[in-house]
Amino acid sequence: MIIEPLVFFIVAACFAFFVMFSLLRIGLGPTVGDRVVGLDTLNTLVVASMIVLGAAFDQVVFIDVAIIYALLSFVGTLYIARYLEGGLN
Amino acid sequence: MLAFFVTAIGAFFFYLLLTFGSGTIVAWSLEEWISGAVLSLIVGAIAGRVAFNRKKEGRKSSLRMLNPLRWLLFLVYLIGPFLWAMAKANLDVAYRVITGKIRPGIVRLSPGLSTDFGTTLLANSITLTPGTLTVDVDEESGDLFVHWINVRDTDPSAEAVCGSFVDWARRIAE
Amino acid sequence: MSILLYVLLGIGVLFNGLGAIALVRFPDVYTRLHGATKCTTFGSLFTALGVIVYGFARGGAQYNTLAIHVIIALIALLVTNPTGSHAIARAAYRSGVKPKGAVVDKLEDRS
Repeated sequence: MIIEPLVFFIVAACFAFFVMFSLLRIGLGPTVGDRVVGLDTLNTLVVASMIVLGAAFDQVVFIDVAIIYALLSFVGTLYIARYLEGGLN
Repeated sequence: MLAFFVTAIGAFFFYLLLTFGSGTIVAWSLEEWISGAVLSLIVGAIAGRVAFNRKKEGRKSSLRMLNPLRWLLFLVYLIGPFLWAMAKANLDVAYRVITGKIRPGIVRLSPGLSTDFGTTLLANSITLTPGTLTVDVDEESGDLFVHWINVRDTDPSAEAVCGSFVDWARRIAE
Repeated sequence: MSILLYVLLGIGVLFNGLGAIALVRFPDVYTRLHGATKCTTFGSLFTALGVIVYGFARGGAQYNTLAIHVIIALIALLVTNPTGSHAIARAAYRSGVKPKGAVVDKLEDRS
């Protein structure tokens, strides 16, 4: 055993704590842009914590889900940005 | 037609990377080989036109990125100057988060790149390096509008903002 | 080896935290994007590097697969993160959010 799995859980807990900040920004953000920035940060943090949890549980499935989540959240961000620009034409 | 084959082969390699170690034929099982080939052909047919768009007026085609020498240069760039600039960028942001000293503004840069790939590479590099964030692109001239967190010069040259990145982007993509 | 892992994971957590604080502390959309994009990308890069080192150090088929998949996830993250932040910045500008306290705004002349 090179490293205790507990370390990975602590890192994931830290990420969960940082998610609170981005939730705060999503709740407060005066403009829609601020909320989208919060959402984007939240997505990155979720992907990072999925990678860490994959190592903690020794499950490759977590990483696969993280890849798909990263790509799909990117598409989601693009859609919201496109909508904000005013026009889906 | 070339775009279709390149996209299909790229998708096939990606599939093989994802299913590495699933069987005994080299390292993959027969099912993975077959389903990978079918799926990558479908992907190539659908996405080929999007991945390599037709040649535009005054812009060079993206197919020139197929040269493996360019990929090697790209890798060198990624590990060397890019990573270093990214580390500096993060310390810079850390400094500004703690002290709150900012002097923002949007400036216009003319890097003079003529490929789509080069412009994309430069824009993404700018976003991840000290104090700058690409906001908009003028698609005809390839000019970038950059949000600069600490404006020192209201009408800067491209070199003043992003250092050697323009040279690197030109070397890799043109 | 375990010290290297601790360092990589520590840097990852530190910069992700900075990104989250930047999100709360900066005054407008563009400066928040600066903090959020750079710091979370850098933090996630180092977290993922930590997991990659862990995977290859443990050895065995399952852990090698884990490391390879983390590399793919890392590439996906590195490509999509700055691109997404452009999209947000451009959308914010076009929806009428002006940079707060800007000393110069070249985009205003064009549109």
